[in-house]
Amino acid sequence: MSDEKTLDLLEAKIQELRELNKTDGIDLSHEITPLEKKLEKLREELYADLSDWERVKIARHPQRPYSLDYIQQIFTDFYELHGDRLGGDDRALLAGLARLEGQPVVLLTQQKGRTTEENKERYFGMTRPQGYRKAKRTMALAERFSFPVISLIDTPGAYPGLEAEELNIGGAIAENLSAMVMLCAPIVAAVIGEGGSGGALAIGVADRVIMLENAIYSVISPEGAAAILWKEKERTKEAAVALALSAPHLLELGVIDEVVPEPLGGAHKQPEKTAAALKESLLRHLGEVSAMSIEELLAARYKRYRTIGRYRTLQTTDEDETS
Amino acid sequence: MAIFKEKHYFRVRLDKETDESLWMRCKSCGELVFKRKVREHNNICPHCGEYFFLTARERIESLIDEGSFEDISEPIMADDPLSFRDSKPYLQRIEEAQEETGLADAIIIASATICGVPVVLGVMDFRFIGGSMGAVMGEQICHGMEEAIVRRCPFVLVSSSGGARLQEGIFSLLQMAKTSAVRNRLAQERLPYISVMTYPTTAGVYASIASLGDIIIAEKGAMIGFAGRRVIRNTIAEELPSNYQTDAFALEHGLIDRVVNREDLCEELGKVLGFFVEAQ
Repeated sequence: MSDEKTLDLLEAKIQELRELNKTDGIDLSHEITPLEKKLEKLREELYADLSDWERVKIARHPQRPYSLDYIQQIFTDFYELHGDRLGGDDRALLAGLARLEGQPVVLLTQQKGRTTEENKERYFGMTRPQGYRKAKRTMALAERFSFPVISLIDTPGAYPGLEAEELNIGGAIAENLSAMVMLCAPIVAAVIGEGGSGGALAIGVADRVIMLENAIYSVISPEGAAAILWKEKERTKEAAVALALSAPHLLELGVIDEVVPEPLGGAHKQPEKTAAALKESLLRHLGEVSAMSIEELLAARYKRYRTIGRYRTLQTTDEDETS
Repeated sequence: MAIFKEKHYFRVRLDKETDESLWMRCKSCGELVFKRKVREHNNICPHCGEYFFLTARERIESLIDEGSFEDISEPIMADDPLSFRDSKPYLQRIEEAQEETGLADAIIIASATICGVPVVLGVMDFRFIGGSMGAVMGEQICHGMEEAIVRRCPFVLVSSSGGARLQEGIFSLLQMAKTSAVRNRLAQERLPYISVMTYPTTAGVYASIASLGDIIIAEKGAMIGFAGRRVIRNTIAEELPSNYQTDAFALEHGLIDRVVNREDLCEELGKVLGFFVEAQ
């Protein structure tokens, strides 16, 4: 956003005045307060009605908090479990045990890297078959010991590469979809950044699906849609709007359960505040689904997925009646 | 002419041949070949053996016992939940595909017998927006599996799809979960599900229902995989082998059980089904 920089500059200036106010003992509060109000108003205007494309940019913002940032603030005792038991360990999808307000949970989280080094290790947050299979075997653990599953989704998509194809990435995703629908444990999924297609859905089948306000969730990236449907890379913004990939739109379409508000400008502006809101929402949804019997839970989850999709019903006519 | 516009769903019959052209040129060997002869050989070039696309009807004809076909699809067609428009409006695209194919969407659900074994059969048609899976295909596949449960018979799905119906956005993505959910019911009922992957079985369809077969058979010449060559080139610029995503690649890496020639597919299905159910 072009204006974000201007506002950041203004904020820095106000900060300077505040320091001057403190150190030199000159009373500048009558100058500072209106400036602060002005800044707040400008921010609200800037972020009031974010377009879906602007949300895409916030969802991918390099300073946006990633899974591990939230884990630190929301959970205690995160105890990572490595490996798919089949020959690999993916670093773009982390699994483990943790406590949420004391309650043990199985945590599945997709993790992007911040530095080049980290991104190399984490394949830019793109999950490989080893990751999905690690998730699956960890969910089996959850089922065995009646731990709820919490899934934090943040991936541009499943990893596209030769090794992933050789290891049957499609089969790994499909197996997770099938397993999650049937899993005898409550599942709450939260899209915290990018929900990239099948790569996100493969840990996203849940009793409740919530999204941070500026997270996105889509069958294809806006760039991919522009290339395939419009055959023009430049139509990316248009594609983002057409795909209805933002949290408010998806709530309106009835495919997610809640939009967790972010501070003005995005989660990266106030990570602690975002984490607190996310924690509150996770706890509330987990509380609600944990109160259900496992039979009720599975029946409701099955119904949720069995009925997804809109189509029109027609009257039947035998084909020969047309001739 | 919008053939599905008057709120009517036309049941498919197999005895109507619409294409009346006599000759076609093989895209592989370049020979001019007699079309009827090509049809008699399941759309295989009589000259060089190249496989041409089979429409859903043609595929069904090639697999089932004569006279056993009944279209049991649900009478539904696509809605436009996102009011989607790319180079043209989504519903216009649907109408054009319906006119081209005579189908309501990219799949037919049929009841039939294969080598005497009653089955519910789902067959995709690649001509219909790349065989893409939107809410209609997702619902039809689920309906097919539920019908198989009612009829206590196996479910056979022949995939020919580029993946999700992008114009339906998130709804198309969630069809992957929907079909996978209902697939579990077949397993609970201990009814076999045979997945046949043909050219192409990729992306969202490969990464969901097509990969969940009790038995997975690929037709020779199939393309099976998640990320296409172009995607890989654009994202990670990796060198890919010449057999990338071919039937041989899928077999070598353990993605599928077997590769079968088109002309043997019917008999092969009969043989596999025979392990699970007695023929009538």
